[in-house]
Amino acid sequence: MVQDRSLSRRAFLVFNYIFLLLTSVLCILPFVNLLAVSFSGSAAVSAGEVAFWPVDFTTKAYEFALSGDRFITALWVSVERVILGTAVNLILLVLTAYPLSKTKSKVMGRNLYMAFFMITMLFNGGLIPTYLVVVKTGLINSIWALILPGALPVFSMIILMNFIRGLPEEIEESAVIDGAGPLQVLVRILLPLLKPALATVGLFSIVGHWNSWFDGIIYMNDMSKYPIQSYLQTLLLNFDEIMMKSGTDYTELLSKMNARTGRAAELFLGALPILAVYPFLQKYFTTGLVLGSVKG
Amino acid sequence: MLHKLRQQKAYHLMLIPSVLLVFIFSYIPFYGLVIAFQKYNPGLGFHSPWVGWDNFQHVFNQPNFVRTIWNTLYMSFFKIIGGIIVPVTFAILLNEVAHSAVKRTFQTLVYIPNFLSWVIMAGILLDILGSDGIINSFLSVFGIKPVSFLGSPSIFPWTMIVSDIWKGFGFGTVVYLAALTSIDPGLYEAALIDGAKRWKQTLHITLPLLMPTIVLMSVLSLGNVLNAGFDQIYNLYSPIVYQSGDIIDTYVYRLGIQQAQYSVGAAVGLFKSVVSCIMIVLSYVLANKVAGYRIF
Repeated sequence: MVQDRSLSRRAFLVFNYIFLLLTSVLCILPFVNLLAVSFSGSAAVSAGEVAFWPVDFTTKAYEFALSGDRFITALWVSVERVILGTAVNLILLVLTAYPLSKTKSKVMGRNLYMAFFMITMLFNGGLIPTYLVVVKTGLINSIWALILPGALPVFSMIILMNFIRGLPEEIEESAVIDGAGPLQVLVRILLPLLKPALATVGLFSIVGHWNSWFDGIIYMNDMSKYPIQSYLQTLLLNFDEIMMKSGTDYTELLSKMNARTGRAAELFLGALPILAVYPFLQKYFTTGLVLGSVKG
Repeated sequence: MLHKLRQQKAYHLMLIPSVLLVFIFSYIPFYGLVIAFQKYNPGLGFHSPWVGWDNFQHVFNQPNFVRTIWNTLYMSFFKIIGGIIVPVTFAILLNEVAHSAVKRTFQTLVYIPNFLSWVIMAGILLDILGSDGIINSFLSVFGIKPVSFLGSPSIFPWTMIVSDIWKGFGFGTVVYLAALTSIDPGLYEAALIDGAKRWKQTLHITLPLLMPTIVLMSVLSLGNVLNAGFDQIYNLYSPIVYQSGDIIDTYVYRLGIQQAQYSVGAAVGLFKSVVSCIMIVLSYVLANKVAGYRIF
Protein backbone atom coordinates (compact mmCIF):
# COMPACT_ATOMS: atom_id res chain seq x y z
CA MET A 1 0.00 0.00 0.00
CA VAL A 2 1.13 3.56 -0.67
CA GLN A 3 2.55 5.05 2.52
CA ASP A 4 1.17 8.31 3.74
CA ARG A 5 3.82 10.11 5.79
CA SER A 6 2.19 13.50 6.29
CA LEU A 7 2.26 15.14 9.70
CA SER A 8 -1.49 14.81 10.20
CA ARG A 9 -1.32 11.12 9.39
CA ARG A 10 1.44 10.54 11.93
CA ALA A 11 -0.41 12.54 14.56
CA PHE A 12 -3.50 10.43 13.90
CA LEU A 13 -1.53 7.20 14.26
CA VAL A 14 -0.10 8.29 17.61
CA PHE A 15 -3.51 9.25 18.98
CA ASN A 16 -5.00 6.09 17.53
CA TYR A 17 -2.45 3.93 19.36
CA ILE A 18 -3.12 5.75 22.63
CA PHE A 19 -6.87 5.43 22.21
CA LEU A 20 -6.72 1.72 21.35
CA LEU A 21 -4.34 1.04 24.21
CA LEU A 22 -6.58 2.83 26.73
CA THR A 23 -9.71 1.06 25.53
CA SER A 24 -8.07 -2.35 25.56
CA VAL A 25 -6.61 -1.81 29.01
CA LEU A 26 -10.05 -0.67 30.23
CA CYS A 27 -11.35 -4.10 29.25
CA ILE A 28 -9.01 -5.96 31.55
CA LEU A 29 -8.43 -3.50 34.41
CA PRO A 30 -11.59 -4.65 36.22
CA PHE A 31 -10.17 -8.19 36.27
CA VAL A 32 -6.84 -6.96 37.57
CA ASN A 33 -8.72 -5.05 40.27
CA LEU A 34 -10.70 -8.18 41.17
CA LEU A 35 -7.51 -10.18 41.46
CA ALA A 36 -5.84 -7.49 43.60
CA VAL A 37 -8.88 -7.29 45.91
CA SER A 38 -8.98 -11.07 46.31
CA PHE A 39 -5.36 -11.11 47.56
CA SER A 40 -5.63 -8.05 49.81
CA GLY A 41 -6.31 -7.63 53.52
CA SER A 42 -9.84 -6.71 54.52
CA ALA A 43 -8.90 -3.39 56.13
CA ALA A 44 -7.10 -2.14 53.03
CA VAL A 45 -10.03 -3.12 50.82
CA SER A 46 -12.59 -1.41 53.06
CA ALA A 47 -10.47 1.72 53.10
CA GLY A 48 -10.45 1.78 49.30
CA GLU A 49 -6.66 1.48 49.13
CA VAL A 50 -6.54 -1.41 46.68
CA ALA A 51 -6.27 -0.62 43.00
CA PHE A 52 -4.31 -2.98 40.78
CA TRP A 53 -1.86 -4.50 43.22
CA PRO A 54 -2.67 -6.39 46.46
CA VAL A 55 -2.23 -4.45 49.71
CA ASP A 56 -1.36 -6.52 52.83
CA PHE A 57 -1.03 -9.63 50.69
CA THR A 58 -2.96 -12.62 52.03
CA THR A 59 -4.41 -15.82 50.61
CA LYS A 60 -7.04 -16.02 53.36
CA ALA A 61 -9.93 -15.44 50.93
CA TYR A 62 -8.81 -18.39 48.80
CA GLU A 63 -8.32 -20.60 51.84
CA PHE A 64 -11.83 -19.71 52.91
CA ALA A 65 -13.23 -20.49 49.44
CA LEU A 66 -11.62 -23.92 49.37
CA SER A 67 -12.39 -24.77 53.00
CA GLY A 68 -15.76 -26.37 53.52
CA ASP A 69 -17.76 -28.05 50.78
CA ARG A 70 -19.68 -25.15 49.21
CA PHE A 71 -17.28 -24.21 46.45
CA ILE A 72 -15.86 -27.66 45.75
CA THR A 73 -19.30 -29.25 45.50
CA ALA A 74 -20.47 -26.65 42.99
CA LEU A 75 -17.23 -27.00 41.06
CA TRP A 76 -17.74 -30.75 40.85
CA VAL A 77 -21.32 -30.35 39.60
CA SER A 78 -20.02 -28.04 36.88
CA VAL A 79 -17.25 -30.42 35.85
CA GLU A 80 -19.80 -33.22 35.60
CA ARG A 81 -22.14 -30.97 33.66
CA VAL A 82 -19.48 -29.83 31.21
CA ILE A 83 -18.26 -33.37 30.49
CA LEU A 84 -21.70 -34.96 30.23
CA GLY A 85 -23.32 -32.00 28.49
CA THR A 86 -20.58 -31.59 25.92
CA ALA A 87 -20.55 -35.32 25.19
CA VAL A 88 -24.32 -35.34 24.63
CA ASN A 89 -24.07 -32.20 22.49
CA LEU A 90 -21.31 -33.66 20.32
CA ILE A 91 -23.01 -37.02 19.79
CA LEU A 92 -26.29 -35.41 18.78
CA LEU A 93 -24.51 -32.81 16.64
CA VAL A 94 -22.71 -35.46 14.60
CA LEU A 95 -25.79 -37.69 14.32
CA THR A 96 -27.89 -34.74 13.14
CA ALA A 97 -25.48 -32.78 10.97
CA TYR A 98 -24.44 -35.79 8.88
CA PRO A 99 -27.87 -36.80 7.52
CA LEU A 100 -28.83 -33.14 7.08
CA SER A 101 -25.70 -32.48 5.03
CA LYS A 102 -27.27 -34.71 2.34
CA THR A 103 -29.63 -33.37 -0.29
CA LYS A 104 -33.35 -34.08 -0.01
CA SER A 105 -33.08 -36.63 -2.82
CA LYS A 106 -30.75 -38.72 -0.65
CA VAL A 107 -32.59 -38.19 2.64
CA MET A 108 -36.33 -37.89 2.26
CA GLY A 109 -37.81 -34.97 4.17
CA ARG A 110 -34.38 -33.41 4.72
CA ASN A 111 -35.76 -29.87 4.32
CA LEU A 112 -38.61 -30.64 6.68
CA TYR A 113 -36.18 -31.82 9.37
CA MET A 114 -34.13 -28.69 8.75
CA ALA A 115 -37.16 -26.40 9.20
CA PHE A 116 -38.12 -28.34 12.33
CA PHE A 117 -34.76 -27.51 13.93
CA MET A 118 -34.39 -23.97 12.53
CA ILE A 119 -37.75 -22.84 13.93
CA THR A 120 -36.47 -23.43 17.46
CA MET A 121 -33.64 -20.99 16.78
CA LEU A 122 -36.08 -18.17 16.05
CA PHE A 123 -38.93 -18.89 18.44
CA ASN A 124 -39.43 -20.62 21.74
CA GLY A 125 -42.24 -21.28 24.14
CA GLY A 126 -40.70 -18.94 26.67
CA LEU A 127 -39.60 -19.38 30.24
CA ILE A 128 -42.80 -20.58 31.92
CA PRO A 129 -43.97 -23.35 29.53
CA THR A 130 -40.40 -24.67 29.23
CA TYR A 131 -40.09 -24.72 33.00
CA LEU A 132 -43.41 -26.56 33.33
CA VAL A 133 -42.34 -29.16 30.77
CA VAL A 134 -39.10 -29.81 32.64
CA VAL A 135 -41.11 -30.15 35.86
CA LYS A 136 -43.47 -32.63 34.14
CA THR A 137 -40.60 -34.77 32.82
CA GLY A 138 -39.46 -35.26 36.42
CA LEU A 139 -35.97 -33.95 35.73
CA ILE A 140 -36.08 -31.34 38.51
CA ASN A 141 -33.07 -31.70 40.80
CA SER A 142 -31.32 -33.97 38.30
CA ILE A 143 -28.27 -32.93 36.30
CA TRP A 144 -30.13 -33.99 33.14
CA ALA A 145 -32.40 -30.95 33.55
CA LEU A 146 -29.31 -28.88 32.72
CA ILE A 147 -28.33 -31.03 29.75
CA LEU A 148 -31.36 -32.37 27.90
CA PRO A 149 -33.32 -29.15 27.19
CA GLY A 150 -30.38 -27.80 25.18
CA ALA A 151 -29.13 -31.18 23.96
CA LEU A 152 -28.99 -30.08 20.31
CA PRO A 153 -27.39 -26.64 19.83
CA VAL A 154 -28.87 -25.77 16.45
CA PHE A 155 -26.38 -23.05 15.57
CA SER A 156 -23.47 -25.47 16.11
CA MET A 157 -25.32 -28.09 14.09
CA ILE A 158 -25.51 -25.71 11.12
CA ILE A 159 -21.77 -24.96 11.41
CA LEU A 160 -20.99 -28.68 11.42
CA MET A 161 -23.38 -29.40 8.56
CA ASN A 162 -21.77 -26.73 6.41
CA PHE A 163 -18.37 -28.14 7.27
CA ILE A 164 -19.39 -31.64 6.15
CA ARG A 165 -20.78 -30.20 2.91
CA GLY A 166 -17.42 -28.58 2.27
CA LEU A 167 -15.59 -31.93 2.34
CA PRO A 168 -14.83 -33.56 -1.04
CA GLU A 169 -17.59 -36.01 -1.94
CA GLU A 170 -15.18 -38.56 -3.40
CA ILE A 171 -14.02 -39.61 0.08
CA GLU A 172 -17.48 -40.81 1.01
CA GLU A 173 -18.28 -42.25 -2.42
CA SER A 174 -15.25 -44.53 -2.47
CA ALA A 175 -16.20 -45.90 0.95
CA VAL A 176 -19.76 -46.56 -0.23
CA ILE A 177 -18.43 -48.47 -3.25
CA ASP A 178 -16.43 -50.60 -0.80
CA GLY A 179 -19.73 -51.52 0.81
CA ALA A 180 -19.75 -49.27 3.86
CA GLY A 181 -23.16 -48.28 5.28
CA PRO A 182 -24.02 -44.73 6.46
CA LEU A 183 -23.03 -45.37 10.08
CA GLN A 184 -19.69 -46.90 9.07
CA VAL A 185 -19.00 -43.97 6.73
CA LEU A 186 -19.78 -41.57 9.55
CA VAL A 187 -17.67 -43.25 12.23
CA ARG A 188 -14.72 -44.52 10.19
CA ILE A 189 -14.36 -41.96 7.41
CA LEU A 190 -16.00 -38.69 8.44
CA LEU A 191 -15.30 -38.50 12.16
CA PRO A 192 -11.51 -38.16 11.79
CA LEU A 193 -12.01 -35.44 9.17
CA LEU A 194 -14.43 -33.54 11.41
CA LYS A 195 -11.90 -32.92 14.18
CA PRO A 196 -11.32 -29.18 13.59
CA ALA A 197 -15.05 -28.47 13.32
CA LEU A 198 -15.79 -30.62 16.38
CA ALA A 199 -13.16 -28.69 18.32
CA THR A 200 -14.97 -25.48 17.49
CA VAL A 201 -18.50 -26.60 18.38
CA GLY A 202 -17.16 -28.55 21.37
CA LEU A 203 -15.63 -25.35 22.75
CA PHE A 204 -18.95 -23.55 22.21
CA SER A 205 -20.59 -26.26 24.33
CA ILE A 206 -17.95 -26.23 27.04
CA VAL A 207 -18.17 -22.47 27.46
CA GLY A 208 -21.97 -22.54 27.28
CA HIS A 209 -22.27 -25.22 29.95
CA TRP A 210 -19.66 -23.64 32.17
CA ASN A 211 -21.27 -20.19 31.99
CA SER A 212 -24.92 -21.23 32.44
CA TRP A 213 -26.37 -20.24 35.77
CA PHE A 214 -30.08 -19.56 35.38
CA ASP A 215 -31.19 -23.12 34.61
CA GLY A 216 -29.34 -24.31 37.71
CA ILE A 217 -31.26 -21.85 39.85
CA ILE A 218 -34.72 -22.73 38.52
CA TYR A 219 -34.30 -26.49 38.00
CA MET A 220 -32.34 -27.39 41.13
CA ASN A 221 -34.19 -27.13 44.43
CA ASP A 222 -31.22 -28.25 46.41
CA MET A 223 -28.31 -25.79 46.66
CA SER A 224 -25.81 -28.66 46.84
CA LYS A 225 -26.77 -29.49 43.23
CA TYR A 226 -26.03 -25.99 41.92
CA PRO A 227 -23.34 -25.74 39.24
CA ILE A 228 -20.58 -23.22 39.91
CA GLN A 229 -22.15 -20.20 38.18
CA SER A 230 -25.49 -20.67 39.93
CA TYR A 231 -23.61 -20.99 43.20
CA LEU A 232 -21.63 -17.82 42.45
CA GLN A 233 -24.90 -16.04 41.67
CA THR A 234 -26.14 -16.73 45.19
CA LEU A 235 -22.90 -15.24 46.55
CA LEU A 236 -23.35 -11.87 44.91
CA LEU A 237 -25.56 -10.46 47.61
CA ASN A 238 -25.09 -12.49 50.75
CA PHE A 239 -21.48 -13.39 51.24
CA ASP A 240 -21.57 -12.10 54.82
CA GLU A 241 -24.14 -14.74 55.64
CA ILE A 242 -21.87 -17.49 54.35
CA MET A 243 -19.01 -16.17 56.45
CA MET A 244 -21.21 -16.11 59.54
CA LYS A 245 -22.41 -19.66 58.98
CA SER A 246 -18.96 -21.04 58.17
CA GLY A 247 -18.33 -22.21 61.71
CA THR A 248 -15.12 -20.23 62.20
CA ASP A 249 -15.04 -17.26 64.56
CA TYR A 250 -16.75 -14.49 62.56
CA THR A 251 -14.92 -11.57 64.23
CA GLU A 252 -11.58 -13.24 63.75
CA LEU A 253 -12.44 -14.03 60.15
CA LEU A 254 -13.42 -10.41 59.52
CA SER A 255 -9.98 -9.21 60.62
CA LYS A 256 -8.40 -11.12 57.73
CA MET A 257 -11.02 -11.05 55.01
CA ASN A 258 -14.41 -9.55 54.28
CA ALA A 259 -17.31 -10.12 51.90
CA ARG A 260 -15.53 -8.22 49.13
CA THR A 261 -12.25 -10.12 49.26
CA GLY A 262 -14.03 -13.46 49.72
CA ARG A 263 -16.39 -12.86 46.83
CA ALA A 264 -13.55 -11.64 44.62
CA ALA A 265 -11.58 -14.83 45.27
CA GLU A 266 -14.48 -17.13 44.41
CA LEU A 267 -15.43 -15.11 41.32
CA PHE A 268 -11.86 -15.25 40.12
CA LEU A 269 -11.73 -19.02 40.64
CA GLY A 270 -14.99 -19.29 38.70
CA ALA A 271 -13.54 -17.31 35.80
CA LEU A 272 -10.17 -19.06 35.83
CA PRO A 273 -11.03 -22.07 33.62
CA ILE A 274 -12.37 -19.76 30.91
CA LEU A 275 -9.28 -17.56 31.11
CA ALA A 276 -7.11 -20.68 30.93
CA VAL A 277 -8.66 -21.91 27.68
CA TYR A 278 -9.07 -18.39 26.30
CA PRO A 279 -6.25 -18.65 23.71
CA PHE A 280 -8.01 -21.68 22.18
CA LEU A 281 -11.38 -20.01 22.47
CA GLN A 282 -10.26 -17.00 20.54
CA LYS A 283 -8.77 -19.10 17.79
CA TYR A 284 -11.70 -21.49 17.41
CA PHE A 285 -14.46 -18.94 17.86
CA THR A 286 -13.09 -17.00 14.94
CA THR A 287 -12.88 -20.23 12.93
CA GLY A 288 -16.48 -20.89 13.93
CA LEU A 289 -17.55 -17.54 12.56
CA VAL A 290 -15.88 -18.32 9.27
CA LEU A 291 -17.28 -21.87 9.12
CA GLY A 292 -20.75 -20.66 10.03
CA SER A 293 -20.76 -18.06 7.31
CA VAL A 294 -20.55 -20.68 4.58
CA LYS A 295 -24.08 -20.72 3.22
CA GLY A 296 -25.85 -24.09 3.22
CA MET B 1 -40.70 -45.36 -2.33
CA LEU B 2 -40.62 -48.02 0.35
CA HIS B 3 -37.42 -49.36 -1.10
CA LYS B 4 -35.97 -45.87 -1.02
CA LEU B 5 -36.95 -45.42 2.61
CA ARG B 6 -35.32 -48.71 3.55
CA GLN B 7 -32.11 -47.58 1.90
CA GLN B 8 -32.22 -44.36 3.89
CA LYS B 9 -33.26 -45.97 7.13
CA ALA B 10 -29.90 -45.36 8.80
CA TYR B 11 -30.09 -41.61 8.19
CA HIS B 12 -33.56 -41.34 9.69
CA LEU B 13 -32.56 -43.46 12.68
CA MET B 14 -29.66 -41.09 13.32
CA LEU B 15 -32.07 -38.17 13.46
CA ILE B 16 -34.48 -39.76 15.94
CA PRO B 17 -32.77 -38.74 19.22
CA SER B 18 -32.47 -35.09 18.21
CA VAL B 19 -36.00 -34.92 16.84
CA LEU B 20 -37.39 -36.43 20.03
CA LEU B 21 -35.47 -34.17 22.40
CA VAL B 22 -36.22 -31.02 20.40
CA PHE B 23 -39.86 -32.05 20.23
CA ILE B 24 -40.10 -32.51 24.00
CA PHE B 25 -38.17 -29.45 25.11
CA SER B 26 -39.00 -26.98 22.34
CA TYR B 27 -42.26 -28.01 20.70
CA ILE B 28 -44.27 -29.11 23.74
CA PRO B 29 -43.52 -25.70 25.35
CA PHE B 30 -45.02 -24.08 22.22
CA TYR B 31 -48.15 -26.05 22.92
CA GLY B 32 -47.76 -25.13 26.59
CA LEU B 33 -48.40 -21.51 25.63
CA VAL B 34 -52.12 -22.41 25.73
CA ILE B 35 -51.94 -21.86 29.48
CA ALA B 36 -51.77 -18.14 28.71
CA PHE B 37 -55.49 -18.51 27.98
CA GLN B 38 -56.16 -20.79 30.95
CA LYS B 39 -56.19 -20.59 34.70
CA TYR B 40 -53.29 -22.96 35.27
CA ASN B 41 -53.80 -25.77 37.70
CA PRO B 42 -50.76 -28.01 38.29
CA GLY B 43 -52.99 -31.10 38.55
CA LEU B 44 -54.57 -30.49 35.16
CA GLY B 45 -51.43 -29.23 33.44
CA PHE B 46 -52.02 -27.91 29.94
CA HIS B 47 -55.70 -28.92 30.15
CA SER B 48 -56.64 -26.34 32.76
CA PRO B 49 -59.94 -24.37 32.49
CA TRP B 50 -60.09 -21.73 29.76
CA VAL B 51 -60.35 -18.07 30.75
CA GLY B 52 -59.94 -16.31 27.40
CA TRP B 53 -57.94 -13.08 27.49
CA ASP B 54 -58.23 -12.61 31.26
CA ASN B 55 -54.54 -13.10 31.95
CA PHE B 56 -53.58 -10.55 29.31
CA GLN B 57 -56.12 -8.06 30.62
CA HIS B 58 -54.89 -8.59 34.14
CA VAL B 59 -51.25 -8.01 33.29
CA PHE B 60 -51.79 -5.03 30.99
CA ASN B 61 -53.81 -3.33 33.71
CA GLN B 62 -50.82 -3.44 36.02
CA PRO B 63 -49.12 -0.04 35.91
CA ASN B 64 -45.80 -1.80 36.64
CA PHE B 65 -46.05 -3.92 33.52
CA VAL B 66 -46.40 -1.03 31.09
CA ARG B 67 -43.36 0.50 32.78
CA THR B 68 -41.32 -2.67 32.19
CA ILE B 69 -42.12 -2.52 28.46
CA TRP B 70 -40.84 1.04 28.30
CA ASN B 71 -37.70 0.14 30.30
CA THR B 72 -37.04 -2.83 28.04
CA LEU B 73 -37.36 -0.80 24.84
CA TYR B 74 -35.32 2.09 26.23
CA MET B 75 -32.37 -0.05 27.31
CA SER B 76 -32.34 -2.40 24.33
CA PHE B 77 -32.56 0.54 21.89
CA PHE B 78 -29.38 2.12 23.23
CA LYS B 79 -27.67 -1.24 23.66
CA ILE B 80 -28.32 -2.07 19.99
CA ILE B 81 -27.20 1.35 18.73
CA GLY B 82 -24.08 1.39 20.91
CA GLY B 83 -23.47 -2.27 20.14
CA ILE B 84 -23.09 -1.31 16.48
CA ILE B 85 -21.33 2.06 16.62
CA VAL B 86 -18.67 1.10 19.18
CA PRO B 87 -17.36 -2.10 17.53
CA VAL B 88 -17.52 -0.62 14.01
CA THR B 89 -15.49 2.39 15.15
CA PHE B 90 -13.10 0.25 17.12
CA ALA B 91 -12.59 -2.18 14.24
CA ILE B 92 -11.91 0.63 11.76
CA LEU B 93 -9.38 2.22 14.12
CA LEU B 94 -7.80 -1.15 14.86
CA ASN B 95 -7.50 -1.81 11.16
CA GLU B 96 -5.25 1.27 10.86
CA VAL B 97 -2.62 -0.47 13.00
CA ALA B 98 0.09 -1.81 10.72
CA HIS B 99 1.79 -4.27 13.09
CA SER B 100 -0.24 -7.46 13.09
CA ALA B 101 1.09 -8.55 16.50
CA VAL B 102 -0.07 -5.29 18.11
CA LYS B 103 -3.40 -5.57 16.36
CA ARG B 104 -3.86 -9.11 17.62
CA THR B 105 -2.98 -8.12 21.18
CA PHE B 106 -5.60 -5.35 21.27
CA GLN B 107 -8.16 -7.69 19.78
CA THR B 108 -7.35 -10.38 22.33
CA LEU B 109 -7.78 -7.98 25.23
CA VAL B 110 -11.15 -6.56 24.20
CA TYR B 111 -12.56 -10.01 23.39
CA ILE B 112 -12.03 -11.42 26.92
CA PRO B 113 -15.14 -10.04 28.71
CA ASN B 114 -17.30 -11.65 26.04
CA PHE B 115 -16.53 -15.15 27.30
CA LEU B 116 -17.28 -14.67 30.97
CA SER B 117 -20.76 -15.19 32.35
CA TRP B 118 -22.89 -12.27 33.49
CA VAL B 119 -22.71 -13.69 37.02
CA ILE B 120 -18.97 -13.07 37.09
CA MET B 121 -19.25 -9.74 35.30
CA ALA B 122 -22.01 -8.68 37.70
CA GLY B 123 -19.82 -9.66 40.64
CA ILE B 124 -17.04 -7.49 39.26
CA LEU B 125 -19.38 -4.58 38.55
CA LEU B 126 -20.92 -4.79 42.03
CA ASP B 127 -17.43 -4.52 43.44
CA ILE B 128 -15.96 -1.76 41.29
CA LEU B 129 -19.14 0.34 41.17
CA GLY B 130 -19.88 0.13 44.90
CA SER B 131 -19.61 3.17 47.17
CA ASP B 132 -16.13 2.07 48.28
CA GLY B 133 -15.25 0.48 44.94
CA ILE B 134 -12.38 1.53 42.74
CA ILE B 135 -14.39 3.78 40.43
CA ASN B 136 -15.76 5.91 43.24
CA SER B 137 -12.31 5.99 44.87
CA PHE B 138 -10.96 7.25 41.56
CA LEU B 139 -13.70 9.88 41.22
CA SER B 140 -13.10 11.12 44.75
CA VAL B 141 -9.56 12.09 43.70
CA PHE B 142 -11.21 14.76 41.55
CA GLY B 143 -13.52 15.76 44.38
CA ILE B 144 -16.55 14.04 42.83
CA LYS B 145 -19.00 12.66 45.38
CA PRO B 146 -19.69 8.89 45.25
CA VAL B 147 -22.03 8.02 42.41
CA SER B 148 -24.67 5.37 43.03
CA PHE B 149 -24.30 3.56 39.71
CA LEU B 150 -26.54 0.66 40.67
CA GLY B 151 -28.79 2.30 43.24
CA SER B 152 -29.99 5.41 41.50
CA PRO B 153 -33.01 4.94 39.19
CA SER B 154 -31.83 7.67 36.83
CA ILE B 155 -28.32 6.25 36.43
CA PHE B 156 -29.06 2.49 36.55
CA PRO B 157 -30.24 2.09 32.91
CA TRP B 158 -27.08 3.79 31.66
CA THR B 159 -24.89 1.61 33.84
CA MET B 160 -26.61 -1.35 32.13
CA ILE B 161 -26.21 0.11 28.63
CA VAL B 162 -22.54 1.00 29.03
CA SER B 163 -21.54 -2.24 30.77
CA ASP B 164 -23.39 -4.31 28.17
CA ILE B 165 -21.53 -2.57 25.36
CA TRP B 166 -18.28 -2.98 27.29
CA LYS B 167 -18.82 -6.73 27.66
CA GLY B 168 -19.94 -7.33 24.09
CA PHE B 169 -18.04 -5.02 21.77
CA GLY B 170 -15.04 -7.36 21.45
CA PHE B 171 -17.21 -9.86 19.60
CA GLY B 172 -18.49 -7.21 17.18
CA THR B 173 -14.93 -6.00 16.68
CA VAL B 174 -13.81 -9.47 15.59
CA VAL B 175 -16.73 -9.75 13.17
CA TYR B 176 -16.16 -6.32 11.61
CA LEU B 177 -12.41 -6.79 11.49
CA ALA B 178 -12.92 -10.00 9.52
CA ALA B 179 -15.09 -8.05 7.09
CA LEU B 180 -12.50 -5.26 6.86
CA THR B 181 -9.60 -7.55 6.00
CA SER B 182 -11.57 -8.90 3.05
CA ILE B 183 -11.72 -5.45 1.44
CA ASP B 184 -9.52 -5.29 -1.66
CA PRO B 185 -6.50 -3.01 -0.86
CA GLY B 186 -6.45 -2.00 -4.52
CA LEU B 187 -9.53 0.12 -3.88
CA TYR B 188 -7.61 2.26 -1.38
CA GLU B 189 -4.66 2.65 -3.70
CA ALA B 190 -6.95 3.77 -6.51
CA ALA B 191 -8.62 6.25 -4.15
CA LEU B 192 -5.26 7.60 -3.02
CA ILE B 193 -4.21 8.21 -6.63
CA ASP B 194 -7.48 10.09 -7.08
CA GLY B 195 -6.43 12.25 -4.11
CA ALA B 196 -8.78 10.84 -1.48
CA LYS B 197 -7.28 11.17 1.99
CA ARG B 198 -7.71 8.56 4.71
CA TRP B 199 -10.89 10.06 6.11
CA LYS B 200 -12.50 10.21 2.67
CA GLN B 201 -11.44 6.61 2.03
CA THR B 202 -13.09 5.48 5.25
CA LEU B 203 -16.26 7.34 4.37
CA HIS B 204 -16.51 6.21 0.75
CA ILE B 205 -14.87 2.79 0.69
CA THR B 206 -14.70 1.22 4.14
CA LEU B 207 -18.16 2.10 5.43
CA PRO B 208 -20.10 1.16 2.28
CA LEU B 209 -18.26 -2.17 2.09
CA LEU B 210 -18.94 -2.84 5.78
CA MET B 211 -22.64 -2.14 5.27
CA PRO B 212 -23.78 -5.72 4.53
CA THR B 213 -22.17 -6.91 7.77
CA ILE B 214 -23.61 -3.97 9.74
CA VAL B 215 -27.07 -4.65 8.31
CA LEU B 216 -26.82 -8.34 9.12
CA MET B 217 -25.76 -7.67 12.71
CA SER B 218 -28.49 -5.04 13.18
CA VAL B 219 -31.18 -7.34 11.81
CA LEU B 220 -30.04 -10.13 14.10
CA SER B 221 -30.19 -7.80 17.09
CA LEU B 222 -33.61 -6.36 16.16
CA GLY B 223 -35.18 -9.74 16.89
CA ASN B 224 -33.84 -9.23 20.41
CA VAL B 225 -35.42 -5.84 20.96
CA LEU B 226 -37.58 -7.19 23.79
CA ASN B 227 -34.63 -8.97 25.39
CA ALA B 228 -32.93 -6.15 27.24
CA GLY B 229 -30.52 -8.57 28.90
CA PHE B 230 -32.06 -10.72 31.63
CA ASP B 231 -28.74 -12.23 32.75
CA GLN B 232 -27.23 -8.81 33.29
CA ILE B 233 -30.15 -7.01 34.89
CA TYR B 234 -31.28 -9.85 37.14
CA ASN B 235 -27.82 -9.95 38.69
CA LEU B 236 -27.47 -6.20 39.16
CA TYR B 237 -30.87 -4.73 39.90
CA SER B 238 -32.65 -4.30 43.20
CA PRO B 239 -36.13 -3.09 44.25
CA ILE B 240 -34.92 0.52 44.50
CA VAL B 241 -34.29 0.67 40.75
CA TYR B 242 -37.35 -1.33 39.59
CA GLN B 243 -38.97 1.86 38.27
CA SER B 244 -36.27 2.30 35.63
CA GLY B 245 -34.50 -1.06 35.59
CA ASP B 246 -37.19 -3.74 35.67
CA ILE B 247 -37.59 -5.38 32.25
CA ILE B 248 -40.15 -7.79 30.80
CA ASP B 249 -38.02 -10.87 31.45
CA THR B 250 -37.22 -10.04 35.07
CA TYR B 251 -40.90 -9.23 35.60
CA VAL B 252 -41.98 -12.58 34.11
CA TYR B 253 -39.47 -14.40 36.29
CA ARG B 254 -40.67 -12.79 39.51
CA LEU B 255 -44.31 -13.24 38.61
CA GLY B 256 -44.19 -16.59 36.86
CA ILE B 257 -41.57 -18.57 38.75
CA GLN B 258 -41.13 -16.89 42.13
CA GLN B 259 -44.85 -16.18 42.68
CA ALA B 260 -45.93 -19.26 40.67
CA GLN B 261 -48.45 -17.27 38.59
CA TYR B 262 -47.74 -19.52 35.63
CA SER B 263 -50.62 -18.39 33.41
CA VAL B 264 -49.88 -14.69 33.72
CA GLY B 265 -46.19 -15.36 33.14
CA ALA B 266 -46.96 -17.39 30.04
CA ALA B 267 -49.26 -14.62 28.76
CA VAL B 268 -46.43 -12.09 28.98
CA GLY B 269 -44.09 -14.61 27.35
CA LEU B 270 -46.54 -15.11 24.49
CA PHE B 271 -46.96 -11.37 24.03
CA LYS B 272 -43.17 -11.08 23.86
CA SER B 273 -42.81 -13.90 21.32
CA VAL B 274 -45.44 -12.38 19.04
CA VAL B 275 -43.79 -8.95 19.08
CA SER B 276 -40.33 -10.51 18.55
CA CYS B 277 -41.70 -12.56 15.66
CA ILE B 278 -43.10 -9.41 14.01
CA MET B 279 -39.78 -7.63 14.57
CA ILE B 280 -37.80 -10.49 13.03
CA VAL B 281 -40.00 -10.62 9.92
CA LEU B 282 -40.04 -6.83 9.65
CA SER B 283 -36.30 -6.47 9.98
CA TYR B 284 -35.76 -9.27 7.50
CA VAL B 285 -38.01 -7.57 4.93
CA LEU B 286 -36.29 -4.24 5.63
CA ALA B 287 -32.82 -5.70 5.23
CA ASN B 288 -33.88 -7.29 1.98
CA LYS B 289 -35.50 -4.10 0.64
CA VAL B 290 -33.03 -1.49 1.85
CA ALA B 291 -29.74 -3.33 1.57
CA GLY B 292 -30.76 -6.13 -0.77
CA TYR B 293 -29.45 -8.51 1.84
CA ARG B 294 -30.81 -12.02 2.18
CA ILE B 295 -30.04 -13.91 5.35
CA PHE B 296 -31.79 -17.21 4.89
